[in-house]
Order: sequence, then structure tokens, then C-alpha cells
Amino acid sequence: MTFSAFFFQALNGLSTASGLFFIAVGLSLIFGVSRIINIAHGSLYMLGTYIAYSFATYIGGALGFWGGIVATALIVGVIGALIEIVLLRRVYRAPELFQLLATFALVLVINDATLWIWGPEDLLGPRAPGLRGSIEVLGRQLPSYDLFLIVIGPLVLLVLHFSLARTRFGRLVRAATQDREMVSALGVNQAVLFTSVFALGAALAGFGGALQVAREPANLATDLVAIGDAFVVVVVGGMGSITGAYLAAVIIAEVKAVCIGIGVVDFGFMTVNFSKLTLVAEFLVMAVVLIVRPYGLLGRPQAFVRSIAEPEDPIRAAMPALKALGAVVLVVLLCLPLLAQTSPYLLILGIDVLIAVIFATSLHFIMGPGGMHSFGHAAYFGLGAYGAALLVKWLAVPMGIALLAAPLVAFGGALLFGWFAVRLSGVYLAMLTLAFAQIVWALVFQWEALTGGSNGVIGVWPPPPFDKAWVYYLLTLVLAVVGVLLLRRFLFAPFGYAMRAGRDSVLRAEAIGIDVKRVHWLGFAIAGCVCGIAGGLFAFAKGSISPETIHVSRSIDGLVMVLLGGIQTLTGPIVGASVFATLQDTVMRQTEYWRALLGLIILLLVLAFPQGIVGAFSSLWRKSGVKS
Amino acid sequence: MSVLAIRSLSKTFGGVRAVNDVSFEIAQGEFLAMIGPNGAGKSTCFNMINGQLEPDSGEILFAGRDIAGLEAREIWRLGVGRTFQVAATFGSMTVIENVQMALISHAHEIYHFWRASAGLHRDRALDLLEQVGMREAAGRPSRELAYGDVKRVELAIALANEPRLLLMDEPTAGMAPRERNDLIALVKRLVVERGISVLFTEHSMDVVFAFADRIIVLARGRLIADGDAASIRDNAQVREVYFGTGKTFAGAAP
Amino acid sequence: MSEAMLTVERMSAWYGAARILYDLSFEVGRGEVVALMGRNGAGKSTTMKAIMGLMAQRQGMVRFNGEDISNRKPFEIARRGLGFTPEDRRIFVDLTVMENLDVGRQPPRRFADGKPAPSWTPEQLFTLFPNLAEMPDRLGGRMSGGEQQMLTVARTLMGNPLLVLLDEPSEGVAPLIVEQMAHTIIALKQQGLSILLSEQNIHFARLVSDRVYVLEKGQIHWQGSVAQLDTNLDVQRTYLTV
Repeated sequence: MTFSAFFFQALNGLSTASGLFFIAVGLSLIFGVSRIINIAHGSLYMLGTYIAYSFATYIGGALGFWGGIVATALIVGVIGALIEIVLLRRVYRAPELFQLLATFALVLVINDATLWIWGPEDLLGPRAPGLRGSIEVLGRQLPSYDLFLIVIGPLVLLVLHFSLARTRFGRLVRAATQDREMVSALGVNQAVLFTSVFALGAALAGFGGALQVAREPANLATDLVAIGDAFVVVVVGGMGSITGAYLAAVIIAEVKAVCIGIGVVDFGFMTVNFSKLTLVAEFLVMAVVLIVRPYGLLGRPQAFVRSIAEPEDPIRAAMPALKALGAVVLVVLLCLPLLAQTSPYLLILGIDVLIAVIFATSLHFIMGPGGMHSFGHAAYFGLGAYGAALLVKWLAVPMGIALLAAPLVAFGGALLFGWFAVRLSGVYLAMLTLAFAQIVWALVFQWEALTGGSNGVIGVWPPPPFDKAWVYYLLTLVLAVVGVLLLRRFLFAPFGYAMRAGRDSVLRAEAIGIDVKRVHWLGFAIAGCVCGIAGGLFAFAKGSISPETIHVSRSIDGLVMVLLGGIQTLTGPIVGASVFATLQDTVMRQTEYWRALLGLIILLLVLAFPQGIVGAFSSLWRKSGVKS
Repeated sequence: MSVLAIRSLSKTFGGVRAVNDVSFEIAQGEFLAMIGPNGAGKSTCFNMINGQLEPDSGEILFAGRDIAGLEAREIWRLGVGRTFQVAATFGSMTVIENVQMALISHAHEIYHFWRASAGLHRDRALDLLEQVGMREAAGRPSRELAYGDVKRVELAIALANEPRLLLMDEPTAGMAPRERNDLIALVKRLVVERGISVLFTEHSMDVVFAFADRIIVLARGRLIADGDAASIRDNAQVREVYFGTGKTFAGAAP
Repeated sequence: MSEAMLTVERMSAWYGAARILYDLSFEVGRGEVVALMGRNGAGKSTTMKAIMGLMAQRQGMVRFNGEDISNRKPFEIARRGLGFTPEDRRIFVDLTVMENLDVGRQPPRRFADGKPAPSWTPEQLFTLFPNLAEMPDRLGGRMSGGEQQMLTVARTLMGNPLLVLLDEPSEGVAPLIVEQMAHTIIALKQQGLSILLSEQNIHFARLVSDRVYVLEKGQIHWQGSVAQLDTNLDVQRTYLTV
């Protein structure tokens, strides 16, 4: 690549960086004050593009375009304020995880609302009035609009920086970032402060999205792509640092631009298409930053945040009643093939439920006792599923070996990603795991030659006798029972205790000789390994696997299952997975707007059952026990 | 021979010398109090000895071996126990499980996956709880304990690895006067029985003067006095930077 | 005692299912320094938080400066002239001394009878706390415990309060700083401020307070003047000292 081409790509990267910065900085500001990671921030960005599109096409002209961008920022700001007032105010005191889930539910609802209003087609806006031309840079044509984007990013950065450093509003925001309760005890109306910060952050995202209208079509997949990028930017730049957000946005955008600029390179022994490696490059940047500076380039270690969540009860071995119940359920499950002779669908449902149980139990293993809130458990499901399916496709291995390989592949992936993840905690860990899952997804999606890209891998059918549904069902049942009991055994063994000790207090665990990172790393890898079994079973159950099935929504499904059952109990994930998988197979397949439906279920769960099903039952049980 | 010898220890934070060329020793079985104004460098000094901070320069010799810069868990394995300024337990465990956890770690059994923890080192854990007067509470969830009892459980945990040196950061902070004396008396009895050395920081002068064998005083990062209770009480410099007129505590009132 | 500045009637509070306070009733007169004494966990800090509106579950009545504030939010209570300095100080570590003071800033105010309350500027506070004057641009996180203790009081005074809730001002600071705190409290009292402080150190309470309430397990077990407490060795032995 020549120098001029390189320089041109670098400029291109700078203009993309501005868009990334607008989402990331809003995300960072809102997190600072409210301690909520607004996953719906990408959705606000997406809404920005759609709304600006409508202004630019229906009103048209310079007014419709430029006036529309400003109006869009204001409208999205108002939407943000409404979200804060109507929803988030009710969950400020809820555990962190519920807040994340609530904002994810918004992602689903906003996505379906957008689909309903603007339809499924991509919508390309007009070019910017007054900036349609281009200027010559080193013999190449750079659109004037890109130049405008390059300038606007740092400009907004400066304005934000000074208003945070020099104004009373800025001082209050910074003070509230550390201790909101104290700020209110000093006479500051928190509610107004929170709403205005949320509105500001939302307006910035809307503004960023609106600016894209002249560059890229409005697209329904933007929300998750944008939030994934924003997470990477925030993790790299450091949470809470607006300068860090810009710096990281530039670095990430530049790395991507340069990868695209390099294009296909022939190394003699192999050709590499660098433009397909943008996500891998992004991952490498993030990995290097996290090794050198675990809290991002300009971030600082996460300050102690007052925990409001209730501490957990000690774990107890199962009561005889529970053991008996478990035995009864097992007998019923073993007899299911007999019942299924009249309705064969029952077995399909049974397999789905059992796979969900393995998936949720393995996630619970690290989320509950490990305290690691993974938002990317789908990665290990995907590694297991693809690991098995690709072995069948390329090497034609028998099912037994493929099913054995699935957990091993997932174990390897979890070892790699977990090494980074356990260096962080809380929301940082959640964002990082989600970003890793996005990377696995993108790798599968982009590496067409190996994985078949969006078409996936097909023809992964189990050989006889497992081709009969009831035999495969029994195989799934055996593996599910073994997996669940194994994880349970680990939790009662010294390793599980050490994992919980590290979760309860890192400092104290280290002070009695426990290497907390190592214990949690191993725990993460074990969970990934067991999750891989679920992935492998899934591939053979469906006969195929596609990127769609390992998308971020599967990670979120897992979270919903665990929370639905109740994170503080060991039986919770089993119940939660069964209920959720049954609902998914029956109710949610009935409507086109299943996302919104799922979103509403999550919101109901978050607002009404913060302890989950099993949690709610056991506290009812305890209350009635106290009375009698 | 001294159990712990600190030689020319220094640590700088953002240009401020938090700990500046500090040296002192603790003999076997000695009860040594470290006192001084807030910001004098006591916590910094403490955290360098227990492995939470790495010193800029100087040596920390524990039983003749330099432990400066080792991880907290490695220092613990060498036989240094500690308690925290704000006492807490592993909140999701029962009282006895807290002690068992420390015993399991001491026995290098953390990476065991099969045997249930509940049966491991139970007798030894009960024995430790007995010694701090908490045997009755063994089966209770530890997060339900009163603060004074949490301090006792913490002490049992700190004794689990049979330490030669115990580091106690403000062991009586947040306790009522009577509880303070009970706790320190308990500590003193246990360590005398075992010949353990103790280094503790403390703001309650009543406790310090009643129990410490020797007192060292830190101010602005430097060691300004080292001696027994009487000599420290009469030290003009210590009076000026730390005690004041002594009206706010009983022990030093003239 | 002149008219009551703060009246608490039958106040109870809970953390989750655990009840911490049981029907507390007490009052603080205008210009009076009252000490809540008792051992750790007796409910002193919870009492202060409950008055300030910081406890989610609370019952009972709180009147302040002639107004019922039982159902007000913390910021509304602060804006009526009730200042709060928590025991763990809660300085904004990323803000400088001056910025910390600015967050606490509120307009000057008057007592119910129309008399202006003492009001403060950073300059006046720097005379009261000379240590702070030396470091206006120091970050809160870079200050020593004693300096933070002064800053948290100064920050509260920036709100020009009529009454200050001072939670454990002598806890965890050196004797010399404790003495300075005592002088400050006496100076504030002379300016006409009312103060409710929580304390475990009887020597400190003796120096500064007019009256004492002794708390144990969330209930008031004894009340009286400092002189009465001094002679009542029984109460001292049971609830306070060795």
C-alpha cells in the first residue's frame, strides 16, 4: 500500500471514529452517574439514523437534513429521558444484572418498534446539502462530509470536557459518579441530575446516528453492532473517561480502516484477506490494552461501589424432599418417550429443554457462585456446536468423537477469553464477555470458506440408532444429568468454595492463600466446557448450525433463564431454563414480533420477580415457615 | 532473633513520600503497636508488609527471607496471618465454613473437585472457634453475626495457618470500649500461648498503653519514636504531632 | 432549653427484614449540642440516616425547624437546612477541595423566626480549618483521614445549615485531630448552630455536648446532661466504658 493510500484510509478512519465516539461517550457518561450500562444505547444510535432519514426525506432540503439532525438529537434525548423516568428509576436499587437485562429488553422492544414503523428494508438517506462535493487529498477524493465528521468529533469532545471540568453541572456529575447518595444529602436533586445526564447521553447517541444518515443506510442490525463496538471502545479507553473514549474510538477505527486498506495480501505460502479480519484486529487491540492496562488507556480501577444486593445464604446439600422430587422428575423424564408416542413433538421440546438446562446451569456456575456475569455465554455454545459440526463436515468424524470434541473446543475458547475476562469484574466483565461473543459470531460469519458464512453448516445428522428421536432424547438426558450433577459436585467441593470465597471478597480470599484469578479462570473454562456439550448436542439435534443460532440473543436467553429461576439457588437455572425453553418453543414462535414479546417478558421479570421463580418460592416458604 | 526486620522501607505516591526510610524489628512473641497521625504512613507500611503494595525500596525480612514485593497469598503461605481494619467474613458461608476455607487453603486442597468441603478439617475448625469463643455459632450464616463476633471469627481464620507473625490493622476499630479490651486480651492470650509476634496499628490509646510491649510512632512517613509505653507517653515530639493535650483519651491524661 | 430545632417521635427503621430502630423519640434544641452515645451497632448511624431520609424503610415523625420532614427526600431535607456529615466521610475523591466545597453550596437561609442563620464562604471555612487553606486544589483522594474529616464538615457547612448531623467525628482519627474537632464544634455552637453528634468516646462527648442520649439496640436507655452522665458510673459501665 502506498503512503497516500495509507493516509487516505487513516482519514477515513477518523471520520468513522467520530460516530463511535458519540455512542461510547454517552454510554460512559450514563454509566458514570447511574451505574447502569445502557445496552440500549446502540438502539438509540440506530433510532437516530432512522429519524434523521425521515426528516431528510419528508421535509427534505438543507432544513430537512441539517435541521433534522439537530431535531433528531433532541428527540432521541427526550426518548432517553422518558426511558430513564419510566423504566430505569424503578431499577436503580435492583442488582446490577437486572439493570443490564432491563436495558437489553429495551433493545428488543426498540428493534421491533423500528421494524414496525420503518419496515425491514435498509433506508439510504440523501447526501448532505452543502457538503456534497469532495476535496482532493494526495490525489484522492475525500468527501467534504467526511471532513466535517472528522472535525465534529473533537469539537464535541472539547465542549463536553470543558462543561464537565468548569461548570457546576459538571462538578455535580463527577461527584454523583462517585457517590450519588451523598450528593443528594448535600441538597442536590438526584432525579433531575440523572434524567438530564441520561437525556444528554441519549442525545449524543442520537446525534451520532443522525450524522451517519448521509454515509450509511439505516439498518435494523445497527443496534447490536454499534453497542458491541461501543463496548470495545469503552473498555479500551477506560470507563468514565471521555478523552479515553475518543482516543479509543480513533484507535479502533484506524485499525479497522487500515485492515480494509491493506486488503488481500499474498504472502507466497498463503493469501490473507485483511479486510475480513477487522474484528480479529479489534480483538487484538483490546487484548493488548487489557494486558497492559486492565482498566483501559485512561481509565482508573473501578472505585468501590456500594452493593445494594442482598447477600446470599450459605449453600446446603439437597434436603431429602428435594432429592425425592429430583428422582421423580428424572423418572418422568425417562418415561417421556413412552408418552411421546402420541405427540412426537414432545420429544423435540424435551431435547430443547434439556439443552437449555445444560446451557443455563453452566452459565449459572460462573454467574452465581463465581460472581462473573457473562453476557457472552453463547460463544461457548457456538464453539461447541461449530466444533462438532465442522469436524463432521470436513473430516467426517463419527458423532461420538464430534460430541467429545465439542466441549474441548469450547474449553479452549473459554480458557483464552477467560484469561482476559477474570482480570475484570462487574460490568467491565459483562461488556468484555459480550464483545468476545460478538467476535466468535463475526468470525463464524466472516470466515465463509471454513464455516459456510451465513448459510452455516448443514447435514449434521446423528447416525443410527440416534436418528430416532427417542434415542437421541435419552442421550441428551444422560449428558444433561451428568453435566448438571458434575457442576453441582464441584460447587460443594473445595474448588466451588474457593470460587465463592473469591466472589465474596477478593482481598480476603487472597489473604488466605487463594489465587482468585486462577480459580475464577478455571471456573470460567469449566463452565465453557460444559456449555460446549450443549452446543454439540444442539448441532446434531437440529442437523445444522448457523451464525443466527449463536447470536448475542442466545447469551441473553441464558441470562434470562438463570434470572428467571433465581441466581441465588442451585436449582434455579434448571427451573428457569425449562420454563423459558418451553415458552420459547410454544408462545414466542407464534408472532413476528417475538423480540418485543421477549423484551416485555424480561421487563416483567425484572420489575416483578427480582428473586426469580425459585427465589420467590423459597422466600414464600421461609415466610410461611416463620409464621407457623 | 527478630521474626520481622524492616530495613529502610520507602514508598512514594504521586511525589509524596508516604513511607520514608523506615526501619524497625519485631522480636519473637512481641506485641508491637504502630501509632501515628492519619496519613503518617501506617497503612502504607502495613500494606507493604502484607503484600498488598510493593515497596519502592528497602527490605522486609521475615524469618530472614526478603518478602518485599511478594503477592499477599505467598506471604500468607510463609506464615504471616492478618486481620482487616473493617472486619468481614465470606458472607455466603457459615461461620465454620469460613474457618474451613482457610484450613483447606493451608492444606493445599483448593483444586480438589470431588470431596465435599463440609467434612474437611471440621475438628480443627471447631477447635479454633472454641478458642475464640465462637464454637456455638459454628453453623450460623456468618453474615448474621454481630460486629464483635465477626472480629473473633476473623481472628480464628487468621490463626488457621499457624502464623509466626500476625498483622492486625486497627483491630478494635468500630468496637465499644469493653469489647475492645476483651478482644485484645483474647489476642494477647492466644499469641502468648503460641509464641506469635503481633504488629498492630491502633488509635485507641487506652488499648495501646494497656497491652503493647513496645510502641513505634510514625509521622509524615518517618519513624519518630520507638520505645516502651512510658517513654512514648513522655516523648515531647509524639505529644506534639499525635497526642495533643490528651483530653480526649484517658490513658495519657497527666 | 429554647424551642426545639429537631424533634423525632417514635421513629423506627429497618434494613431488609432486620429492625434497627425501635420507636426512638428525642429532640435537639436551638443552639444545643446533643450527643447520641452507644456502642457500635447500637443504631446511632442509622438514626442519622433515617432523619436524613436515607433509609428506605422508616416509620415515625421527624419535625425540623417547625416543619414535618418525615416524608421528604434527602435533597429536600438538605435544602431545608439539615446538614449531614457521614461517619465514613464520603469525600468526592476525584474532586479538589474547592470543588468538594462547591458541591455542598446552597443559598443562605433563615431560622423560622426570620433571624438569618450563619452562612459560610470557602474563605471563612479556611479560617476555621487552616489545614484546608493550604490545599485548595488537592484532590479529595490525596488527603489524609484527618484532612478529609475536616473537609467533610466544611462541605456540609457550605450548605449554610441550621443543624448539623455529625456522625462519629472522632472515629479513626488521631487524638490531635479529635481535639481540633472538639474546638470546631464549640465554635459552631457559639455561632448559633445546633448539632446532633454520634459518639463512642466519652471524653470527647464530655468536652463538647450539652445533653446525652444513650442508645442500645435501637432504643434510648438513658438521657441526661453531661454532668449527670459523669456521675452515673452505672450507665457508663453498662453501655459505654469498661
